[in-house]
Amino acid sequence: MTTQSSMNMINKKTLEIKDLNFYYGNFQGLKNINLDIQDKKVTAFIGPSGCGKSTLLRTFNRMYDLYPGQRAEGAILYHGSNILDPGQDVNMLRAKVGMVFQKPTPFPMSIYDNIAFGVRLYENLPKGEMDERVEWALNKAALWTEVKDKLNKSGLSLSGGQQQRLCIARGVAVKPDVLLLDEPTSALDPISTAKIEELISELKGEYTIAIVTHNMQQAARCSDYTAYMYLGELVEFGETDQIFMNPAKKDTQDYITGRFG
Amino acid sequence: MTGEHSSKQYDMDLETIRSKVLLMGGLVESQFQDAMIAFRSGNITQADQIIKSDENVNNLEVSLDDACSHLIVKRQPAANDLRTVMATIKVITDLERIGDESTKIARAAKSISERGLATVNHYENVRVMSASAGKMLHDALDAFARLDGKQAIRLIAEDAVVDHEFRSVMRTLITFMMEDPRTISSALDTLWVAKAIERIGDHAKNIAEYVIYIVEGKDIRHTDYAAAQLAD
Repeated sequence: MTTQSSMNMINKKTLEIKDLNFYYGNFQGLKNINLDIQDKKVTAFIGPSGCGKSTLLRTFNRMYDLYPGQRAEGAILYHGSNILDPGQDVNMLRAKVGMVFQKPTPFPMSIYDNIAFGVRLYENLPKGEMDERVEWALNKAALWTEVKDKLNKSGLSLSGGQQQRLCIARGVAVKPDVLLLDEPTSALDPISTAKIEELISELKGEYTIAIVTHNMQQAARCSDYTAYMYLGELVEFGETDQIFMNPAKKDTQDYITGRFG
Repeated sequence: MTGEHSSKQYDMDLETIRSKVLLMGGLVESQFQDAMIAFRSGNITQADQIIKSDENVNNLEVSLDDACSHLIVKRQPAANDLRTVMATIKVITDLERIGDESTKIARAAKSISERGLATVNHYENVRVMSASAGKMLHDALDAFARLDGKQAIRLIAEDAVVDHEFRSVMRTLITFMMEDPRTISSALDTLWVAKAIERIGDHAKNIAEYVIYIVEGKDIRHTDYAAAQLAD
């Protein structure tokens, strides 16, 4: 089973990354990445620190735009249009490609407003519909039963795991196509981690998910495809089962079996 | 195993398991050889020793199973490490069964000798097939020790030879029994011995298949993979 054969799937692609290069000033963070992110599947990115996996994730919604001196070359096709195109509406892009970060980042406002805030940016919903949307998003993030009696409490009053699920609810609330998760459980305890992983498997029926993780068991557990990256290059990409049972490249095997470095 | 883990303890754990499997392999190999000697000579003391030594093999199986579970829970092995652990768990089951088969041969030797049935010595009939099965077992352990997929493929083909020899032994024994019904008892005992030897060949073949699984990541059980590889 090679990288090629596993790519010949009938599945639709959400994102097509073509010859992507990324620069932090003079430093090249990504080298010639070619990869397809499959629709309604979970794609995991693994690799040692500094290998470019977060950088790659951040190109999917142009998060790097916030920083001067960072630039991407090549193409990331999303519904046929190039995300990297200067004419791209970045705000609409980020509504369609949501992101959750390593540390929970709730806004310093009520739980309700944490969800409603993002929705208001894109939609003008009457109160009743907004209430429904908030409940729907909190349900999606498996948080509703825990917070339904304290929607007016501050988002910061929640535990770390709840805060992270709140952030996922916030990401889901604007009904994106793609969810980018950048080490979403690295600051959480095992139970909260299990809940987030459970959530990922429930969300993948409706969303395309890309997850960066340092926890290889997590990648093995909750992803359909896995990409191993090293020093800014994509070393191997394939079905998760194949990558973890019988990787094609020795470098991949050395990394996932702990023979690295 | 290729390269070293960042964790030296992990390497040591894997190496301990591997050398214990080889120790167990050595034990069952000599168990089988001794059983055939006891069958030839009718030495009851030796047969008893073989039956007793099966305890050591059983203990090793239990302790290796335990070591493998511990490794899984502590290290969550992946890729070739995972395949090694999975295959090891299966290899030791086959080794333990080989020990059981050798014990059966020793029991048959004892029974023939004790009941004074050794008027016709049937050792010659099974000598060739026991040599073939013994070589298969030796090669299987060697292939496991060196993770030699090519050798594993070669010895898988040998199993057909042992199976053929078994059928030929069976025909010979049937002829004996028809010619002289007084040999039926010892011929039947010998037939059990031949069956045990044939089974040892099967177990050696299984071990070879696990070696391929470790080396190539392919599960070739119940396929024609080995034959196809040899044909190439």
